[in-house]
Amino acid sequence: MSKIEVKNVYKIFGDQPSKVLPMVQQGATKEEILDKTGHTVGLDNVSLSIEEGETFVCMGLSGSGKSTLIRHINRLIDPTAGEVLVEGTNVMDLDQKKLIEFRRHKMSMVFQRFGLFPHKTVMENVGYGLEVQGQKPEERNKTAMEKIEAVGLIGFEHQYPNQLSGGMQQRVGLARALATNTDIMLMDEAFSALDPLIRSDMQKQLINLQSELKKTIVFITHDLDESLRLGDHIGILNHGKLVQVGTPIEIIMKPADDYVAAFVKDVNRAKVIKAKIIMKPANSSDGIDKSNLVKVNEDQFIDEFLPKVVCSNANCEIVDKEGAVKGYITKKELSKALTKEHMADAAKSTK
Amino acid sequence: MKKYKTYLKYFIYLIIFAFVIIISYRSAKPRYKPEHYTDIFKDFSWLNDWPKWLDFPLMQPLNSGFDWLIAKYGIFFEGINFFLLGLYTSMKNSIVSLPWPLVIAAVILITYFASGRKTQTTVLVAFCTFFLGFLSPRYWDKCIMTTCIVVIGMLLCIAIGIPVGIAMARNKKVRNALLPILDLMQTIPSFCYLIPGILLFGLGAVPAIIAIFVYAVPPLIRLTDLGIRLVDKEVIEASEAFGASKKQTLWGVQIPLALPNIMQGINQCTMMSLAMVVIASMIGTRGIGDEVLLGLQQLNVGMATEAGIAIVLLAIIFDRITQSYGEKIQERTQPKKKIDL
Repeated sequence: MSKIEVKNVYKIFGDQPSKVLPMVQQGATKEEILDKTGHTVGLDNVSLSIEEGETFVCMGLSGSGKSTLIRHINRLIDPTAGEVLVEGTNVMDLDQKKLIEFRRHKMSMVFQRFGLFPHKTVMENVGYGLEVQGQKPEERNKTAMEKIEAVGLIGFEHQYPNQLSGGMQQRVGLARALATNTDIMLMDEAFSALDPLIRSDMQKQLINLQSELKKTIVFITHDLDESLRLGDHIGILNHGKLVQVGTPIEIIMKPADDYVAAFVKDVNRAKVIKAKIIMKPANSSDGIDKSNLVKVNEDQFIDEFLPKVVCSNANCEIVDKEGAVKGYITKKELSKALTKEHMADAAKSTK
Repeated sequence: MKKYKTYLKYFIYLIIFAFVIIISYRSAKPRYKPEHYTDIFKDFSWLNDWPKWLDFPLMQPLNSGFDWLIAKYGIFFEGINFFLLGLYTSMKNSIVSLPWPLVIAAVILITYFASGRKTQTTVLVAFCTFFLGFLSPRYWDKCIMTTCIVVIGMLLCIAIGIPVGIAMARNKKVRNALLPILDLMQTIPSFCYLIPGILLFGLGAVPAIIAIFVYAVPPLIRLTDLGIRLVDKEVIEASEAFGASKKQTLWGVQIPLALPNIMQGINQCTMMSLAMVVIASMIGTRGIGDEVLLGLQQLNVGMATEAGIAIVLLAIIFDRITQSYGEKIQERTQPKKKIDL
C-alpha cells in the first residue's frame, strides 16, 4: 500500500464549485470555465501515489496548482471531488477532532515564506508542534534543542525569527517540522525564497537528513534543478493537470508533452545523472586502465566528481557505501552521458 | 434561477415600501389627508410641496417604546447605574483624598513601567501632570474626576470591544451584521444618546460613561477585527498544519500578533473618550469639561483656553502612556534589530 494516495482529485475555487464540476469532468479547459462561470480550476483529475520513504517532488510553474495539491494532503484545503488517502485513511472522513490529531501526529509542513511565529523565539517556534500537543515545556524544549542542533542553529535558540537571515529562518522551519517526528513531511516551495547559494546548502542538508531519517517527503518546487536533485519521483503539473510522473531520468529522457520538453530543454545533465547509472559494471571492465583511479560513491552526481577526474586525468572506480567495487567509468562513458544519444540507454537500464 | 431570486428580492422590498407608505397614510391626522384616498389620483396638487400625510410615524412609537423600556427594565438600568456610580465614586474619592505629590509620583511610576523604562516619555508625562494643577488649583480635582470617567469608560470598552472584535474577525456573518451598527454608533450625533442616557441613568457621571462607550468602542472593535484578520495567512496555516485547535490558534498566534493593532485601538478609544467627556459636561457631568463650558457661558476667553490647555495636557498623558505601552509590546513581540553574525 502506498503511503499517500491521491485519487481523481478535483478542486474548483468559486461560489458554487459542485455545479461547475461536471463541466470540468467533461473536459472543458481552465479558460472556458473561467469565462463561462467565473470559477477557477485548481486541480483537474489528479491521481498519484507516493511510496513510504521516498521524496516525491511536485513541480510546476506558479498557478499550476502545486501548492493547492499539497494542502489537500493535510486538508488545509478540502477537495471538490476525489479522495486523499494517507496510510489508507481517507482524510475527508476525519471529523474536526480526528483531523487535529491527524495533523499533530501524521505530518508536518514547511512553508515557502517560512510561516514562523514572529512573537516566539526560535526554540518556542521549533517546539510549537509539541506545544499544541500539550507537552510540558521542559520536555518540548529538550526535543526542540535536539532539532535546532540537527539543523545547525545552536546558539540562536533565544533569538526571534526576524532577527535571523532567510536561510536560518527556513532552518527553523525545517527544525519545527522535524520536532514532531512525523512520518510525512510536506514542503511547500520550502527553498524558493532563498538565494541560490543558501538554497543549494539547504538542499544538501535535506538530502543528508533524509538519508538518516527516511521520511516520506512531498516537496513542491518550480525549480527543475531542485526537483531533479531531490526527487525519487517527480510529478509535473500544468494548469491543474498532472502531465507526467516519473523518475528524474524518465522526465528528462521522455518528456510526455511539449510543456515538459520545454522544461527539461536546458537541464544540466551532469547534475542529474548518478554514477551508478552510467558506470560499466565491474564484471565487464576488461581493458580499462586501472593504474590511475579515483574512488567515487555510486550515488554521486557526475558534476560532483567530474572536476576531480578531469584534473587528475584518471578513471573512476565506483564503490557502494560499504566500499565494494561496483564498476568503472572512463572518459568514454562520461562523454556519452553528457550528450543526448546516451540518455535512451540510461533510461532503459533504470527501468 | 439566480436572476429569479434577485427579482423576488426586489419584489419583497417593493411590498415593504408600499406597506410603509400605507401605514404613514393611515396614521396621518385626518385634517392633513384628502377626503378619500382616491382623491390622490385625481388631484395632483400634493406633488408640489411634500404632503403632510406622507410622514412616517417614528417619533411616537419610539417615545412609547422608551417609556415601556423604563417601566419594564428600569431596575436593570438602575443596577448598571448603581454599579458604575459606585465604582466611579469610590475611585474618585480615593484618588482625591490622596496628597497631590503622591498622585504625581504614582503617574510617574505607571508611565515608567508601562513605557518600558523610557525616561523621555516619563519626564514629559510628569511635567504634564504637574501642569494640570499648576494651571489652576481648581483643575486638579476636576482632572481626577475626568480621568476616572475616562478610565471606567475605557475599561468598559475593552471588556466588550475586544471580544466583539474577535468575534467579528472570526465570523463573516457577525461582521456583516455589526458593521452597520458600528457606523451608526459613530455617526449618530452624541446628543441623541445623551438624552436617553439622562432618562435612564440620571445626570452625572454614568450617562457620560455610557456615551463614552457608544462613541469610543467602534474604533477599538474595528482595529481588533482588522488586527486579527491582518495576521499573515501563512502563519495561521502553519499553526493549523501542526494541529492547533481554533482556540490554540486564537490565543497562541492571532491575538499576540494582533496586539499592536489592538493597542492602537485602545489608544484611539482613550482619545475619543476624552473628547466625549467634554461634550458630556453639557449634561452636568462634573470634570474639567465643565470649566470649558463655564468659560463659554461667561464669554471668558482666558478661562476657556486655560481649561482647554488642561484637556490637551490630559490627552497627552493618556496618549503617551497607552502609545508607549503599545510600542513596548511591539518591540517585545517583533524585534526589528538583526543580530551580528
